[in-house]
Amino acid sequence: MQKLLSIALKDLKVAFRDRAGLILMLLAPMALIIGMGVISGRFSSSGSGAGISDIPIVIVNQDEGQLGQALVDVFYSPDLVDLIAPITTTVVETARQQVSDNTATAAVIIPAGFTASIIPETALTATSFQTPTVISIELQTNPTRATSAEVVRSIILEFLARVETNQVGGQVTFEQLLTQKLVRPADIPALARDFGTRMDAGANASASTTITIEHMTNNDAPPAPFDVLALLAPGMALLFLMYTVTRGGAQLLAERDAGTLGRMLISPASSAQILGGKVAGIFLTALAQVVILIVVSTLLFNLHWGDWRGLILLLPAVAAAATGWGFLIASFVKTPQQAGSIGAAVMLLFGILGGSFGTNVPITGFLDTLSKITPNAWGIQGFTALGNGGNVTQIMPNLLALCIIAMVTFGMASLLFRRGNLIKK
Amino acid sequence: MPNILEVRQLVKHYGSFTAVNGVSFEIQAGEIFSLLGPNGAGKTTTISILSTLFPPTSGDAFVDGHSVITDALAVRRLIGIVPQEIALYEELTARENLNFWGTLYGLSGGALKSRVEEILTQIGLLDKASGRIKTYSGGMKRRVNIGVGLLHRPQLLFMDEPTVGIDPQSRRAILDMVLELNRQGMAVLYTTHYMEEAQELSHRVGIMDHGQMIAIGTVKELTRQVGETETLRFQVADAGAAAQFTALLQGTAGITRATSTGDEVSVMVPHAAEAIAPIVTQATEAGLKIRSLDVQEPNLEAVFLHLTGRALRD
Repeated sequence: MQKLLSIALKDLKVAFRDRAGLILMLLAPMALIIGMGVISGRFSSSGSGAGISDIPIVIVNQDEGQLGQALVDVFYSPDLVDLIAPITTTVVETARQQVSDNTATAAVIIPAGFTASIIPETALTATSFQTPTVISIELQTNPTRATSAEVVRSIILEFLARVETNQVGGQVTFEQLLTQKLVRPADIPALARDFGTRMDAGANASASTTITIEHMTNNDAPPAPFDVLALLAPGMALLFLMYTVTRGGAQLLAERDAGTLGRMLISPASSAQILGGKVAGIFLTALAQVVILIVVSTLLFNLHWGDWRGLILLLPAVAAAATGWGFLIASFVKTPQQAGSIGAAVMLLFGILGGSFGTNVPITGFLDTLSKITPNAWGIQGFTALGNGGNVTQIMPNLLALCIIAMVTFGMASLLFRRGNLIKK
Repeated sequence: MPNILEVRQLVKHYGSFTAVNGVSFEIQAGEIFSLLGPNGAGKTTTISILSTLFPPTSGDAFVDGHSVITDALAVRRLIGIVPQEIALYEELTARENLNFWGTLYGLSGGALKSRVEEILTQIGLLDKASGRIKTYSGGMKRRVNIGVGLLHRPQLLFMDEPTVGIDPQSRRAILDMVLELNRQGMAVLYTTHYMEEAQELSHRVGIMDHGQMIAIGTVKELTRQVGETETLRFQVADAGAAAQFTALLQGTAGITRATSTGDEVSVMVPHAAEAIAPIVTQATEAGLKIRSLDVQEPNLEAVFLHLTGRALRD
């Protein structure tokens, strides 16, 4: 064990004395965190400093029915009081001008006939039942506030999704009633108005719960305030964690070429101790990197990472999973240069799949499945859960998944690595 | 004196290529044995097998009775290695390197600390021990490289071309170190392609070429193979002139062998004093200009030339 630890600590020392490596391990992610913080307004003098809050929007409601008002009520709801700062106007051009003048993030223009386009008022027959053409809500956004505008857009989309769900439900109901001759065609409009009132009430009820900010709290801690940097920082930390571990794998091969690995192999240390020490060195370097990033970001940006017990478990789990991948990459390439190239590609791919870049485009289907093999996806989810007030219990699935990734990748790499791989040809 | 090392019919194939082909020799305790041969002769492969880096294709070797194949761990504790490349960590200091390698050889605590200071003194770098290896000159790096091999007081030290690429002063320091280690009782297997190193250091020399051991013996025994033959080295204008000169000398009476390497022509003759004048006359008549002439007494270079027909530095 002493020899294994000696090798690991030596590698940790060497890694932290490499200036170029330090820049990419520590300075680059910090710079990106700062940059993304600036873009998202995290460091602006106005607002809470959390980055996305009090989004100014202008609403023009030209609809005569319930649904238009229901959407307005969503933006004025108590759940969104910190997030959205709405004002209403009756003049469309005024709303558009405020967006152009950069005093508002978005203008939401609910056109006349919006409710009527969803809840029909004319007489319908069983043979002619058709869904009327829906009139679109207009959303004009400020291009310099892309993130905030996206928040507004997602609120509207959520509202419309619920409306559509109810609308489809209503259409099916009317068709069934007519087909089964349970109602007369002449009764449909009255039924539709009644249904619409109930749908409106349902939409309002659901709208008031459309956007909720759920705080997963333990019993002691108050809910954590929203902080965009807390959302971005883990992604950047994990992105560059992958750089560190793939660099570690490349370093292993570089040692083979330099002769130091061969010198170790002809010492009394066994191959298992040597390989174990090298892997432990990569792990310790990765762990040190994320710990430093967390400590520095906490001190500099006052970030709240959440439950320290969860962090103590999550950090080594993430480092182990990432190390496994670095080790695996090193086991099937032939040169340090190949390890570096493939490592860079894997770093970016995992970053995209795992959400390190904080994209608003949701990853679904096959890509979502693929993201599950990345330490990034599970790690970001875990950090976000802890940052939102979660505790160890909430991140258990993440810890388990990361441990499985670590075991599988280590196992595969151990099979691929032979003593012969460690000897310079 | 008992043998510290016995090598028996060592063979190493890499696919269809044979790097080592039936090499056998012994080293006695306290002896300096040199493996002399040009680049690619199989010296490093031989050392790599003996140091247990990889097994031979066939054959075996025994260090103090322990097989390099079946008892590798015991062998590693007995031998010290000074590899051809500088196998050190550039970002660590000399002291940190020695500390690290010392732990791999089972040293720890106060014993490790005092041994490291001893080694630093022995290699003459005690006052520079806190500097990172990357700031060192080539000669200093080579000395630390040697120091690592001595940490655990091995009985047998393998040194693979330890003076390659360093300045003459550093080279001299290393050769003196080897002689001093031997005076203290250490056996040394020293590989080199420099004849003068082998001649100066060795009790016995093994000459290798193309993976085979072609001669073993003391320097006197080996040079006796070429009799009293001396070597004349002529430097001419260029390689073309050298080739022309060599062709001119072929078949000339009194000349044992003539070969050329670049712009240098080596001529083996029984008596240099008698052969110089006729050879120079021949060159002048052919219009060849001789830039310099050097006379060498029988040496290992001549032995190699005699045995292989090629110069050691080809």
